Amino acid sequence: MRRHLNIRRYVRLLAIPAVFCAIPVYSQQAGTPAATDQPDNAALLQKIRDLEDRMVAMEGQIRLLKSQQGTPPTAALGATQVGTPEAGAAGVPQTPPGSEPAPVSIARSGEGTIQEPSLGGAGGSAAKALNPDISMIGDFIGSAGHNPVNPVSSFQMHESELGVQAIIDPYARGDFFLSFGESGVNLEEGYITLTALPAGLVAKVGKFRGAFGKINTMHNHVLPWVDRPLVSNNLVAGEDGIDDAGVSVQRILPAPKGIFLELTGQVFRGDSGDTQHPLYHAYNNNDVSAIAHLRTYKDITESTNLDLGASYSRGYSAAGPNFLTHLYGVDATLRWKPLRRSIYHSFVGRTELIWSQRQQLPFEQRAFGFYTSGDYQLGRRWFVGGRYDRSGEAQNASLIDKGFSAVLTYWPSEFSQIRGQYEFTHYGNLDAHQLFMQVQFSLGAHGAHPF
Amino acid sequence: MTKANTFSRWAAVLALLVLVGTLLSPSAEARKLNVVTSTTDMAALTQEVGGDNVNVESIAKGYQDPHFVEAKPSFLLKLRQADLLISVGLQLEIGWLPPLIAQSGNPKIQVGGQGYLDASQFAAILEIPQGTVTRAEGDVHPLGNPHYWLDPDNGRRIARGIATKLADMDPANGAYFQQRFQDFEKRLGAAEQKWDAEMKPYRGRKVVTYHRSFPNFAKHFGLDVIGYVEPRPGIPPTPSHTLELIQLMKRENCKIVLVEPYFDLKTPQSIGRETGAHVVVYLPSVGGEKQVTNYFELFDYDIALLTKAFQLTQ
Repeated sequence: MRRHLNIRRYVRLLAIPAVFCAIPVYSQQAGTPAATDQPDNAALLQKIRDLEDRMVAMEGQIRLLKSQQGTPPTAALGATQVGTPEAGAAGVPQTPPGSEPAPVSIARSGEGTIQEPSLGGAGGSAAKALNPDISMIGDFIGSAGHNPVNPVSSFQMHESELGVQAIIDPYARGDFFLSFGESGVNLEEGYITLTALPAGLVAKVGKFRGAFGKINTMHNHVLPWVDRPLVSNNLVAGEDGIDDAGVSVQRILPAPKGIFLELTGQVFRGDSGDTQHPLYHAYNNNDVSAIAHLRTYKDITESTNLDLGASYSRGYSAAGPNFLTHLYGVDATLRWKPLRRSIYHSFVGRTELIWSQRQQLPFEQRAFGFYTSGDYQLGRRWFVGGRYDRSGEAQNASLIDKGFSAVLTYWPSEFSQIRGQYEFTHYGNLDAHQLFMQVQFSLGAHGAHPF
Repeated sequence: MTKANTFSRWAAVLALLVLVGTLLSPSAEARKLNVVTSTTDMAALTQEVGGDNVNVESIAKGYQDPHFVEAKPSFLLKLRQADLLISVGLQLEIGWLPPLIAQSGNPKIQVGGQGYLDASQFAAILEIPQGTVTRAEGDVHPLGNPHYWLDPDNGRRIARGIATKLADMDPANGAYFQQRFQDFEKRLGAAEQKWDAEMKPYRGRKVVTYHRSFPNFAKHFGLDVIGYVEPRPGIPPTPSHTLELIQLMKRENCKIVLVEPYFDLKTPQSIGRETGAHVVVYLPSVGGEKQVTNYFELFDYDIALLTKAFQLTQ
């Protein structure tokens, strides 16, 4: 509040004298009669120009001061994801550029009048200036058909994800994502990212999705499908995935020119998964789980790139104390997006292979699963995609589930999307045919997700 | 016992990672400022004032829609080495720059850091929304129109701001940057006179643009933008809006449709057929075409296109 007053005073102090100074300068010059010849005229023009520049510079300073005390420009969200694969070819309710508790801006009606636009909602914008970016993403799913193994209700407000994000101080930013079901809330993620560590390290502390492969790191609304692949459900703790409280450290490693190489190490408490999809369970404080992830990326051309990853994770399994589960994963993503037509066409092809090694009685189970998917953007608003699934079950590797999905997505704007998906699944000897219709919509300023 | 061991083993792995990181941090090399800019225009202006004493690189390409750049990891390689990051600001890069900055592992260029410069503070900004701002208006920029660099006066102001910043960061070359700026200002002043003269006969001419990326250019050269192909910023053309626009153009006798190089030409061309208007693919940024390599050539190119189109549609 105090700061705000100061800045207001600053604005007035600067603006008033500037206007008053300007008047005498202009009138003085105007007063000098037509005797002025060419060079004087030029000098006059130069003077006016300098004055104008100073005025603009001052306005800029004011804008800057106001926005600094308001929203740090970064904290905001993402419009772009049009292309990021995650958001990607399949479309996410894209995060919006714009809105955020819009920082105060100086409206210029006429000359230098300073007005604050009304931002809706409560009170003066000053009180809101330091509020974080708040966003809400709704995910509605309608389903038809029959699934004897994994029944889905006809209509569900599957998830409402509340995002609260801001820059904390010059050294860190904070992100919270709370996901609301129709009843009950879950802290999907809540962490601080330390961005100003020495030696190029970036660390995260809090609860977050583990860096195991690609899909595990993604929120539901950035998936190119309505549901997650079978291999996620069977081997990597279902919809929530490896999502736990812990510490993460990552660093870009030196590599030959043009190759991006990054290593991430994460340690968690050791609890992931639910009753349907158990994965890790900590019986005591030493039962931590861990993830190591190596990512390499290369631009093949300016429009095509290849992204490869290798992951390892282990933790104590829900089978009982002293039983370990190891997960090994490999992922590959090929992206294409022609820069000159980047908002109209793109392709993302992706596959993830995961091996699970689960100690349990009577003997260890070694299951393997993978998915392969492709998503093509037909036009500015249309995406079409398919996914093939195949996965053993973690606790009984001899049971193999298979499936196929076809997806069509339409984006009315970056902030909403409508998706239809047909899915066939073959569980052991049971077949399921399902049709999904999903509507997702995004309110407010949702932070861009990592590429 | 074994569990305690595993715990310490993982702690050791993390510690090792930190150590390796420290050892591998880049050693100090010949001090030449590394500047990364979000767009080519900022890079061009930085090059003008930085001369041989800076390395400049832009993240976006000149023929790419600057709202929709992918936050590729390869950009992190540039950002982690950067001493200074110059952004256009006004939320133009909101969808891709924040995650890049956060993941860069470079404390200098974090927002608010010594090496982060938002160039919009130096420029005259148009179209700052007043009243309530909602997305019903499309992809609005609540801080004002971010396509502000297409006005030579703003180019001069931005260049001055950048020169001051460079001098701040590299005081030993402060005089050099100042002198480069003065030289740039002189050349720009001369060019501006030429451009003004070339555009003078067409003051007041009406044009339609695809996106709202033209207001500063239009204001400087006295053109009248009467409509947009997009019904709302960021919303693709709709048939009903296109019909309205065609009627408006006929009524107002508007004969020019300006399109940025990254938009589909189908709708503009059908508008052109209906109204007899010329569809002109103009460049909003340096590097939009191979031959446009600096700030001066950008205006030369666009003004040549425009004057030709105006002559054809007398």
